[in-house]
Amino acid sequence: MVSRADRSRFAEWLWTVDHYLLAAFGLLMVGGVVLSFAASPPVAERIGVETFFFVKRQAIFLIPAIAIMLAASLMSPRLVRRAALILFVISLILMVATLFAGLEAKGARRWIYIAGFSIQPSEFLKPAFVVLIAFLLSESGRRREVPGVLFAFVLFAVCAVLLIAQPDFGQTMLLGLVWAGMFFLNGISWLIIMALGVIGVLGLMAAYAFLPHVTNRVDRFLDPSSGDTFQVDTAMDSFLAGGWFGRGPGEGTVKRILPDSHTDFIFAVVGEEFGVVICLVLVSVFAFIVLRGLNHASKDQDAFSRLATAGLVVLFGLQATINLAVNLHLMPSKGMTLPFISYGGSSLLSSAMTAGAILALTRKRPRPSRGDVVTVSRLSPSSLM
Amino acid sequence: MTLVTEPASFLQVRRAHPRTARGSVSASAVKSRVYVAMLAFACVYVAIAGRLVLLAETEASASTAWISAQDSVSASRPDLLDRNGEILATDIKTSSLYAEPRRILDVDEAVEGLTRILPDLNEKVVRHRLESGAGFVWLKRELTPQKAEQVHNLGLPGIGFLSENQRFYPGGPTAGHIVGSTNVDNQGISGIEKYIDDEWLSELQALGFASDRSIEPVRLSVDLRVQHVVRDELVKAMERYKAIAAAGIVLDAKTGEVVAMSSLPDYDPNDRSQALEKSRLNRATGGVFEMGSVFKSFTVAMALDSGAVSINDSFDATRPIRAAGRTITDFHGKNRILSVPEIFIYSSNIGTAKMMLATGVARQKEFLTRLHLTERLKTELPENAAPLLPPKWNELAAMTISFGHGISVTPMQTAVAAAAILNGGTLLPPTFLPRSQEEVKTLGTQVVSPDVSRMMRYLFRLNVLSGSGRRADVPGYTVGGKTGTAEKIENGRYVSNKRRNSFLSAFPMDDPRYVVLVVVDEPKPEHDGIGATAGLNAAPTVGAIIRRSAPMLGVMPRFGKGDEPIEISY
Repeated sequence: MVSRADRSRFAEWLWTVDHYLLAAFGLLMVGGVVLSFAASPPVAERIGVETFFFVKRQAIFLIPAIAIMLAASLMSPRLVRRAALILFVISLILMVATLFAGLEAKGARRWIYIAGFSIQPSEFLKPAFVVLIAFLLSESGRRREVPGVLFAFVLFAVCAVLLIAQPDFGQTMLLGLVWAGMFFLNGISWLIIMALGVIGVLGLMAAYAFLPHVTNRVDRFLDPSSGDTFQVDTAMDSFLAGGWFGRGPGEGTVKRILPDSHTDFIFAVVGEEFGVVICLVLVSVFAFIVLRGLNHASKDQDAFSRLATAGLVVLFGLQATINLAVNLHLMPSKGMTLPFISYGGSSLLSSAMTAGAILALTRKRPRPSRGDVVTVSRLSPSSLM
Repeated sequence: MTLVTEPASFLQVRRAHPRTARGSVSASAVKSRVYVAMLAFACVYVAIAGRLVLLAETEASASTAWISAQDSVSASRPDLLDRNGEILATDIKTSSLYAEPRRILDVDEAVEGLTRILPDLNEKVVRHRLESGAGFVWLKRELTPQKAEQVHNLGLPGIGFLSENQRFYPGGPTAGHIVGSTNVDNQGISGIEKYIDDEWLSELQALGFASDRSIEPVRLSVDLRVQHVVRDELVKAMERYKAIAAAGIVLDAKTGEVVAMSSLPDYDPNDRSQALEKSRLNRATGGVFEMGSVFKSFTVAMALDSGAVSINDSFDATRPIRAAGRTITDFHGKNRILSVPEIFIYSSNIGTAKMMLATGVARQKEFLTRLHLTERLKTELPENAAPLLPPKWNELAAMTISFGHGISVTPMQTAVAAAAILNGGTLLPPTFLPRSQEEVKTLGTQVVSPDVSRMMRYLFRLNVLSGSGRRADVPGYTVGGKTGTAEKIENGRYVSNKRRNSFLSAFPMDDPRYVVLVVVDEPKPEHDGIGATAGLNAAPTVGAIIRRSAPMLGVMPRFGKGDEPIEISY
């Protein structure tokens, strides 16, 4: 055991990091590999690669993912900020490059091929974006002369444009929600919230009215008979087939016909093979991370680290929630990976960065004194009369 | 807080107020926002958990249905019986022995017990399998019930049976087209099997009740013995006349029940793959053909029923009819004036067409519709073809229809219509299920008058006594019938050397009990020098069928003063 008197970097980290959050993230990472044993072999067979191709890749990616998470969790808030800035700039450059040199898949350019790896830069953009927005908002609160809010708008506009250009509406929506959520968390007045809410609703309605792709998805959600709901129906069948305790590992059959069973619909596969009980465990791990993370944020005295923590947690939580809700047919289908669980190298590494940053920001730090603020002022001569 | 802008003063005041974040927003406000976010997330997670629990609960009922369906797939179909209770189709239930080696307590005991009861099991192999520690191993498939019972009585833990079931048709192809067949999941895909699925069985299975082993058997109107006779005679006829196909129907003239129906080539329902071959389709209800001169029976009945023609009228058949560039001639031309009975027994196309003309086109159309010859005739079988009608029902079409060309109907339709005009004028829809007298009364519709029906019986009998149907006669059973020799159409033209022959008959003619229809496709002359008309192949086939099946059907032969025509005076 490391002594508390030990002041080494590692010892300090060990004593200050939130062990429960760390354990929860670790659980998800290992769970992702275990569950990919269930979900990815049928896909591998379908596309004609070796049965455990995806499992192996997921396991291999786990090593850098763990390293990144631990390394990130060692950082101080200031370092987090800097790392986020660097990551943001790199991601932005890569995203621009993607538009010109990206791999086109299913009508979208989201991937870029670098050094033998296909990378989805938008995955890495998300956590960096959140940290930067937190920085801008907290700075603008601290020093009035910093046009933080303006920069936050510009930053979001740039990211949104790049994402829509791909096009990737799911990520745009996620980023927009997190962005708006951070304004909310920063204590924006309810009046503006309502105005923004109206704009958001109008935006969604506009998307519904003018983007046939969105119209289609929503229609199919509201009226399943209006179109092809194969994926969602199959996902529901998975849960029904699984029941409370599942059919058992490897016994699933619905997964064989479920498209994207190893990525967007892995939760349904978990439902079929391991049952609703394990699904509930998985959901509660996500819920634990989100609620504990937000709880940390609520206690944080520092504006930046409070906002950054809350923003990252909301990012992580929203992505998971949307994926779960789509799997359970609680909302229109939207391609969104389940952090740590879904197959995907970029997604895994990005989730690891997010997790690492959350761990870093929630480490116990010396707090500013809680004494009252004392103002000394001169009495006006008039008051002496 | 009062901030003072006045010049510096030596007096100072200290005021303490709570520390706020050095920002525009107070820490407590932010804190409450985070709590709102936490609440929102908590609500969403509760919703997700609720949905999961709901799904798991829904599953509970769905899953039992699924299991029982899985179970019933192989088990629960009712037996199909013929009218005498003979089995046409049944489920064979076999038990297959398996073991769950991990749950076996004493391998020695298990091996000893199993090999004692099932001596053909290899002791070494069984021991190896039981010691393997696997979750599940098969030991022996398809045990007899006795052996299964003995093994069961050993009471070995970890040894169990799975019930495997298969549809079996003991008669093989005999009634293949009637009973139909099932797919690998034991769902009916054709014939009566599909009918019972569509009617009630599939719903029963969906509700999970079909796993019950004792579903009431379904009894059909078919008589397996007669069915065998019909098929046997058709097989012989196909061989003898080198025909490419044949169909035969025995219909109860008084009730509309189908007693036998065979279409060759047929298939063995135990071997489903055969059913896919196109040539094996059910011609009796699923194929439509130009029935040829057999149709003259309907034209004559129509003419007599309309009152426009009486049995004593005569028509000039000396010259062919020319209409719209077509010439209608007679095959057995007599080239003289023919009476109605002569037109019928000599099968005069000219005379028949003239009888039709005397009656009128509209009436013909109406009469054939009344006999259900112009629309799809529904039976329990899913295989029912719709008739092919002329594109324009003008006078030329009407004339050709009068002697059975230009309209294609199923043999079953023909037999049903014939039963109506011979049984006293009551049209009864055909059925493959037993029909009670009450149902007959409610279902029957009068289509021709009893008088006309009597005259038609007379004509049918006359045709067998002194017309083209002589070879169909069976002593004692007063067979009556009409031949039909239709030239087949190839590439849109009639070819004279390919025929489809039919013989439409009923017996006994004084009070017809059964209608028998035989169609032989492309028969060749039996030997050189003779023709291949219906009277030479279809008629003797009908004769053979009646000879063999009438005694089974309980029709008493009557030998009066010689084989005289029935006494009818007009």
